[in-house]
Formats: sequence, C-alpha cells, structure tokens
Amino acid sequence: MEKQFRESIGTALDDAKLSAALGKFSVDYKANRAKIYEDTDFEALRSQIAACKSFAAAHMEELAAQFTKNAEARGAKVYRANSPESVREYILKVAKDNQVKTIVKSKSMATEEVHLNPFLEKEGIEVAETDLGEWIIQLAGQRPSHMVMPAIHLTRDDVADIFSKEVEERLTSDIPRLVKLARERLRPKFMRAEMGISGGNIAVAETGTVVLITNEGNARLTTTLPKVHVAVVGLEKLVANFADIAPILKALPRSATAQLLTSYVTMVTGPTPTDDGGMKDLHIVLMDNQRSAMAHDPMFKEALQCIRCASCLNVCPIFRLVGGHVFGKVYTGAIGTILTAWYEGLKESEEIQGLCIMCGACKDVCPGKIDIPSLIMEVRRRVVKNQGLPLLQKSIYQVVNNRKLFHGMLRAASVAGKPFSKDGFIRHLPMFLSDLTEGRSLPAIAAKPLRDIFKKIEQPRGLQQKVVFYAGCLIDFAYPEMGEALVKTFNKAGIEVLFPENQTCCGAPARYSGAYEVAAQNGKDNIEALLSVEADYVISACPTCTVALNEEFIATFKSLGHTAYLPQAEELAAKVMDFSTLVKKLVDEGRLTLKEGQTLGKVTYHDSCHLKRSLRADQPPRELLEKSGYEISEMFECDVCCGMGGSYSVKLPEMSAPILQRKLKNIKDTGAPVVAMDCPGCVMQIRGGMDKDGSGVKVRHTAELIAEQLKD
Amino acid sequence: MYDQFKARAERAGAEVHRFTSKAEAESFVVDLFEKEQVSDQAGHLAVWADCPFLDAAFKERVSAIPGMRFTVSREDANAAWIGISQVDGAMAEIGTLVQDATAIDKRLVSMLPEIHLAILDTNTIVADMPAWIAQADASKLGAYMAMITGPSRTADIERVLTIGVHGPRRLIICCVDKLGGEA
Repeated sequence: MEKQFRESIGTALDDAKLSAALGKFSVDYKANRAKIYEDTDFEALRSQIAACKSFAAAHMEELAAQFTKNAEARGAKVYRANSPESVREYILKVAKDNQVKTIVKSKSMATEEVHLNPFLEKEGIEVAETDLGEWIIQLAGQRPSHMVMPAIHLTRDDVADIFSKEVEERLTSDIPRLVKLARERLRPKFMRAEMGISGGNIAVAETGTVVLITNEGNARLTTTLPKVHVAVVGLEKLVANFADIAPILKALPRSATAQLLTSYVTMVTGPTPTDDGGMKDLHIVLMDNQRSAMAHDPMFKEALQCIRCASCLNVCPIFRLVGGHVFGKVYTGAIGTILTAWYEGLKESEEIQGLCIMCGACKDVCPGKIDIPSLIMEVRRRVVKNQGLPLLQKSIYQVVNNRKLFHGMLRAASVAGKPFSKDGFIRHLPMFLSDLTEGRSLPAIAAKPLRDIFKKIEQPRGLQQKVVFYAGCLIDFAYPEMGEALVKTFNKAGIEVLFPENQTCCGAPARYSGAYEVAAQNGKDNIEALLSVEADYVISACPTCTVALNEEFIATFKSLGHTAYLPQAEELAAKVMDFSTLVKKLVDEGRLTLKEGQTLGKVTYHDSCHLKRSLRADQPPRELLEKSGYEISEMFECDVCCGMGGSYSVKLPEMSAPILQRKLKNIKDTGAPVVAMDCPGCVMQIRGGMDKDGSGVKVRHTAELIAEQLKD
Repeated sequence: MYDQFKARAERAGAEVHRFTSKAEAESFVVDLFEKEQVSDQAGHLAVWADCPFLDAAFKERVSAIPGMRFTVSREDANAAWIGISQVDGAMAEIGTLVQDATAIDKRLVSMLPEIHLAILDTNTIVADMPAWIAQADASKLGAYMAMITGPSRTADIERVLTIGVHGPRRLIICCVDKLGGEA
C-alpha cells in the first residue's frame, strides 16, 4: 500500500466532522431503509431487477441497436461513444455547432466518468452543475464522494464558506438560506443556457426513452429550457421493455434515499417543443467505456445489474469511517471499487480494493442482487495475478501450502510465544495471518493443539453415526477448548466425531489476499483429508471455514479453471454444516437435551459476517442459547462486522480498531455480562478488545456455552 | 384509492384537496389566487397551461383577476407565483401525479413558479406504477412524460430535507370527481 494512500486513510480517520456525518448517516439510513421497504418483498423485487438487468447485459448490443432505432424514429440523434474521449469530442462538436456559451448540467455520473467539465471549460464554455450537491462540489473544486449525495462529506459550515466565496459575501450556515441562494444563482443560468446535459437512469430499448430520476427539479429544467439537450447514458442503463422501469423505479428511490419515489421522474422520448416555437435538438450519447467488455466477462457481467443507488456505500462499515474520497475514485465505495477497475483500469483499484473487509453487508442490500464482495475478491485476484503478492506474504503462503511445515511452525510459535501471552488472551494474530512485520510480538498459541488433545479424548464406543470435524487453524491451534466442547456435545447426541489429521488451513486467508493458487491447494488438501473417512456431516465451528468448505473451494477452482476437482468439492460441500445449525437440528429431533428450567441471565449475541450473510444461520445459535436458559439482549448493530476480517486487522489496524471499539461499546451498552458468537476469529478480535478494555464482559463461542448446559 | 393517494401525496409534502363538482373546484382556485395575492406585479403572476379545466366560461371568470397569463413565456413563468396545469392521472400507492408534459406550457408552469397547482380528475387515479404502465401505450408514449411526487426537494446539505430547490416549493393538488371532458 502506497504511503500516500495510507496517509489519506489516517487523515480521513482523524477528520471528526467526516466521521460524525458519515456515522450518523449510516445509522439513519439503515433505519429509514428498513421502514420504506416494510411492505415490500425485497427479495422478489431484486430478483425481478436482476432478471431484467442481466437480460439487458446479455443482449447489450441488440438493445443498443433497438434503442437507437426507436429513439431515432422519434427524432433523437443517437451517438455511440466507445471511449471517454469520443464522448467529450462529440459533445464539444454539438456545442460548437450550436454556438453554445453556457451549459447547465443535471447530475450525471457518466459525465464525471469522462471528466467532461474541465474539458468543456478549457474550450471556453461555461458549465454549471445544477444539482445542489454537485454545484457545491464544483465550486469547491472537489469530486463527489458519494454517487447519490455528492457533498455528504461537507458540513453546512463548509457549504456556507464555499458559497460565501462564490457570492463574495459572508453567509451564515442556515441551510434553507443556502438552498435559496443556490436557486437564485442557478435560475439565471437555466434561463440563458443554450445546452442542457443530463445523464440517464434508465434507457428503454422498446421505446427509445431516457428516464431521469431527480428530487430537485433541476433535470426538468435542464431538459426543458435550453434549445439543445444531450443525455449521456451508459450502456448498462439499457432495459428491454417499458414495463422494466417499474421495479427499478420502485427500488432505486427506496434504496437510494428511502423515498417511495423521487419528486420527479422524467421520461424523454424524442425531441419536444421549445418555448420559441421550435423543436428541441435532442442528442443521446450511448457510452460504452468498457461496459461491453464487462458484459463479456463471465463474472463481471453481474456488475452491470447495478442501478446506482449507492446502498452498498451506505451500509459499508469502511465507507462510514473514511468516505468516498479515500474509498473510491469517480465511483466510490464497494461498487465503485469494481467500476473503477473497469472504467479506469485495474491499476486504479489496486489500493481501494484492499479497503474492503469482506463483511458482505452490501450484498444483502443490493437491489441489483450483485454479489459485490465476490466481485471485489475477483478484482483482488486479478490485481495479485498481474502484480504478484508482496514478497513476505508470498513466503508465508508457501508455508501455508505445506501442512507439515506450517503446523510445525505453529507448534514452535506456541513455545516461543509463551512469554507474550497473558491469562490465555490472544493479543496478536497467529503468524500465518500476519505480515510478520518487525516490532510485532509473536502470537499466543495454545500449549497443545486440538489435534494432539483430540487423540486423548475418550469418546463413547459403538456410536453409529459419525461426523467429521473440520477445526480450522484458530480452533486447532489457539482455541482447542472450543473443539473439546464440540466433541462433548456431539457425543451426548450419540455421534462420534472424527478428526482427519491431514486437514489444514481452509485457504480463506490466501483467498482473501488474492492468492487463489494457494487457496486452491488448501482446498485440494482438505477435500482429500475430509473425504478420506465416511461420515454424514462435515462440521465446522468457524463460519469462515464453513463457507470456504461449502462455497469457496468451488468458486476458487472455477476462477482458476481447475474443473477436475469440482465434483469432489461439490461432494464435500453437500456434507458441510455449521455447529449451531446441526446442534439445533439435534435438539429439535430430541437427540440432544438441554438442561431445563434454568435462568442463566442475559447474553448478547454478535453475528459473525459469514454466519449471518453467507450461511444465513443467525437464528439457530440464538434459539439454542434461549433454550438453554439465557435471555438474549440484542445489541445495536448486532450484525455489523467486528473489524477482524482475517488478515484485515493486521493489514489495516487503524481501520479495524474503530470498528472494534464501536462493537465493544454496543456490547457493553446491553449490560449483558456475556457476549456469544459462533466464530473463533470474532472471539479473537472481541476478546482481545474486551481484555484491553478491562470491562470484564466474557466473550464466548456458542459451542462452549451450549456444552455447559447439556443434560446428562 | 383516493384516500391512499391523498395520504401518500401528503406524506411526500403535497397539499391535496377534493371537490365533487367542477364549480366547487373553480371556487377553490379563485380563492387560492386571492389568498396568494396573485397580481400583475413581477413575481405574483399566475400562469396557465391550456387544459380542459380552463373552459371558456371559467377562463372568462378568471380573466378578471389581474396577473393571469394564458399564453406562457419562460419569462412570465419565471416571474409567476402560481402555475396551473391539468395532469393525466395519478398512482395511489406512491402519491404520484402523471402528466404528458410534451406541450411546453405544461412544463413551464409546473417547473418555474413557486407553487404548482395541479388539477386531477379523481377517476384517473390508478393503484400503482405497474397499473399505470399496463394502461399506458408504450408505442405512443408522450415525448415528455412527467411523474410528480410532492414539491421540489433536496437533502444535499447535511441530509437536511429542504423544500423548493429548483422547482415549486408547494404542490397543491385539486382533485375533481366530476370534471367532465378529457384531460
């Protein structure tokens, strides 16, 4: 990571105004979004959008041709522009042909993408952004930090300062007055502009219609008052049928600003009369700039389902810490990372992709049903493929791919690490996750790994059913007691637990660093080990490992084209289940009984990212805890990431720390003496935080809590 | 359907009134002009987009009020306090008006003045967007179809909702049950 980028993170984190604005927004947004979608079947709605947008992506050229034909039949001039340069040149030519001196613009990310304003200004044309946020940004000489709310990073005082300079008069930071000033200043520009430039939210092939969605009314003026209207529309905005606008118009305002509908929806189909008795000169620029290439990419075609609502920014725990000027380029946040890689080149997203902690919050709310984290992972993989891993990481992963050497080193670390561990608390990550940077003390590793302890556990003889236990590195080498609790629980249910010794790291750390070849080798080794014995289930008590076993081995093989391993990977995936889900099933079937009539007091539950958003298993642990006599006291933002993110907390400790602090506060605010969770990674992060915090809240894995409450 | 439309339009910041007869609606409009002090002075005009509601008799009646403009220039619309246009329908679920605003006067009067007074035939309210799309003929779409939900708004400064940026600060919807004629 470049020093300059690192510094920009630090500056943003230190910017109290920025974090206050974004922090409050992220809280308000979630509440408002939930409310506005109350009566809507969001899954059905987004499936509808995903279907119509993926169809459009698959038929991009046909729809572009159909759109062109229909828009031209209605009198529009349609220009296909493949590069940013051709967009700029075409608009300049239209401006020159019409002796344009002043242009008013309504909000358009497409024109931001091609850096249109400075180009036209250099040609001596006055360009006025008229969306309030865009105008503020233009006057401040900045770029939008958010695709829906471009000036979200600025306060009313900032805006008053910016406007004061413009009007050469000291203004107060009274928002209605600032807004009024914008109206008064921009109205004359509307009245005299010869050209209006807009974007387009939807382009309907069936009718040749450009749909514009706005709140302020500036797009209506932009498309009405000037003689010439140029709409710049990315090819991904195409939909086949007029009826396709319904689901998009339903989701976009709800997801973007928590409105049922924006104040205005404008549908332009061909030129309209102007107030001088003539007809509008309507130009529609269909912009490619890599969109057709994306449509041909088996993975990234999905990103064309984006409707630009920015909800992925709004729910992102990283975005709310640093904002879009750090996390993004023209397009910011999660989807911005993906779009930057394509529109501006892979190199441009090299640093910002590293900011994603892979918590999956964005995937849950995306109305285009885009698997955003997976696509960012793919960006990461391609970055690493092009540029290679940092040398140190490379050497670590070589070790990770050699199980015996890797486990030998972990055992060595257990001895070496002793002086640094205190009360069994882990203060540092196991070294295989860390960059092993200088000045970092060795991690605390359990004196005896689970694989050694396991051999000495006496399981009841003659148990008919068997499960394979996949421990994962953290339980194996740092928290063997969680594994012991798991064995005890299954034994009580009459199930024998098997522990194939050749199991090794699940590959998640390598995969999340973009080292797919390493992850693939981990996958192959584990498949061999875990399928070497007969069992009904493969159980894991680490959601990250569980997801690796049941989804990511397959995804990694597919990404790399290692199709030979797919059948076995699928065989394994079918057997994989997380601890709490299987235990809940056993309790429901009466094979496992919890002590009855207990009052164990309050517990709060932290949702681990993979358990909640990949495995969708947030309820079984809660039900088990309640059944055993705990009273669940839900914390605020229970399903927001704890900031661990595997190696993320080592690579970006300055980002991880405030996320953890927020989590600790939310836990403590419940007053519960115990916080439960299903992920040993989260335990490591949160227990470490609580240890330092000194608040005495106990941090436990659900498996440990349940094992204590089994009826004999 | 009307009740839902009214509730949702009001939630979006519109003012909604309902009248059984055209005569009652006409009186409401005339009263509004008086209340809003419409006059010949700049900034106080009322600009009309031609529409069935403005039939010969009513036009004659309002012509007596100073400040009426029936042929609309951008300058007049910009100097107007109230703009009046008739819309073609509405969607109850979201409190939204629909208007074929291809005619330039409809756009000028609904965009530039401080107040937009929209005349709506109560019978043209449909349930929701899909219902409107189903009845719209996609092959004959107006060149400038407008959906209007409440007044112009922004939240671009500190996300504080502020009404009236570039468009009308107030949207007054006058629903008429027995309007007669075609929009």
